[in-house]
Amino acid sequence: MKNPIISIRNLSVQFNTLTVLDDINLDIYQSDFIGIAGPNGAGKSTLIKTLLNLNTYKGEIKLWDKPLNTFKNWQYIGYVPQSLNQYSHQFPATVEEIVSMGLISTLNWPRILDQNSIQLVNETLAELEIAHLAKVSIHDLSGGQKQRVWLAKALVSKPKLLILDEPTNALDAEIRQVFYKQITKLHQQGVAIILVTHDMNDIGNYAQKLLLLDKKVIFWGDFNSICESEIMSKYLGEENKHLICHQH
Amino acid sequence: MNTLFTILQYQFVEKAIIAGLFLGVVCAVLGVFLVLRKMSLIGDGLAHISFGAIALGILFGVYPLIIAIPFVVIASLIIYALTRKHIIEGDAIIGILASLGLATGVILSSIATGFNIDIFSYLFGNILSINQSELIFVIIGSVIVLSIIILFYQEFMAISFNPEQAKISGLAVNTLDILFSIITAITVIMSIKLAGALLVSALLILPASSSLQISKSFQNTIFLAIIIALISIISGIILSFLINIPTGATIVVINSIIFFLILMIKLLLTK
Repeated sequence: MKNPIISIRNLSVQFNTLTVLDDINLDIYQSDFIGIAGPNGAGKSTLIKTLLNLNTYKGEIKLWDKPLNTFKNWQYIGYVPQSLNQYSHQFPATVEEIVSMGLISTLNWPRILDQNSIQLVNETLAELEIAHLAKVSIHDLSGGQKQRVWLAKALVSKPKLLILDEPTNALDAEIRQVFYKQITKLHQQGVAIILVTHDMNDIGNYAQKLLLLDKKVIFWGDFNSICESEIMSKYLGEENKHLICHQH
Repeated sequence: MNTLFTILQYQFVEKAIIAGLFLGVVCAVLGVFLVLRKMSLIGDGLAHISFGAIALGILFGVYPLIIAIPFVVIASLIIYALTRKHIIEGDAIIGILASLGLATGVILSSIATGFNIDIFSYLFGNILSINQSELIFVIIGSVIVLSIIILFYQEFMAISFNPEQAKISGLAVNTLDILFSIITAITVIMSIKLAGALLVSALLILPASSSLQISKSFQNTIFLAIIIALISIISGIILSFLINIPTGATIVVINSIIFFLILMIKLLLTK
């Protein structure tokens, strides 16, 4: 098996005296599609933000074999945060301006957008079927269209890993399914996926592995092995567990 | 029309308009970033802080705007450092340092005689009295600030959009914020001659706020803010000369009228 793209050892995160993550150990590989679930306050978003070097932590994190504090290839990672935290509601920008910002980690200073960059933006918009919205203000879009724009921003740098933090919260069921299918297609194209969600049933249809967090790792493994897990019966309830097992 | 040409032939009006054009562009562009980052009040705070430094300069016979630069730059860095570490809220530390700057200016002007007229021109601005060396200071300062904004345009835009995501993209957000604080401080000091310490923040906030009401893209927001700033500054200089009223205040009133007109039209159209 190849080296993991993310390696986490003995990770703990504390905010003041409150322990938010405790002794997390994980290896994540390029072929993975991982669903991260857990109750509110379980540390799901904290884990993601720690991986993205936004929190102080104890333990060891390596991205592509480099310690987190020396990692420079941020263009390897596309990140879609929770939609409500995306931007100032006053920010004036067209769809193509927003998506162009996703290229910033790939450009050399003074980071001027060249023809190649513009072509990448146009290609990404076309792939997500929002090319016709390129010149439209972000404020004039529906929830589903906005979500595709955030996804385009994360994908325009051709990342090897896509991290999505509760990306479907504001979407209705039909658009949510379209969104999950797009993510699955990306995974089939070789992009590793980490998806934080409350939606255990939906994620069971798409992800291969589940990380169930409640400050500590409660469950970490293939969705298939959930069926044999005693702990999962306690956390999910028998009915939900059978539903997920049935899907796999 | 003849009167207009006559006015423009005065060398001091010409200098005022040239300085106004440079300051208008710089304030409008920087203002868009400040307003979007919810840092509108920092212009006001830094201008008040500069008042104390200017008084000190006048007292010791040193060119006031030059002596104000290190004081205001240090103050802007203190504001940045304390708010970044969440030691104190941004508006509170701005208020504290602004009060200190104003109070120091008042004390210094009371212990020295003969410079009250000078100091009032820095409080309320008097672009028509700008001299050759001040004009050069404004032109060089504006070119430096604009060059920095152009060179770091993508970075400043990304940080204004979402600082956390900018950091995830690998940008050195803290260093860029320090650079942004320094150019804000320089812009505020340069603009004091135009609108005065009490009104300078209007030059930063109003064109950007007007433009943000109607612009759909980031580039257009900056372009429209520049147009609004230039219209208000040139018309303000000419009008104030024609009817003999203070220039800085006239520019601010014209800017405010434009803002409220745009706001009204927007509200009527979206009803």
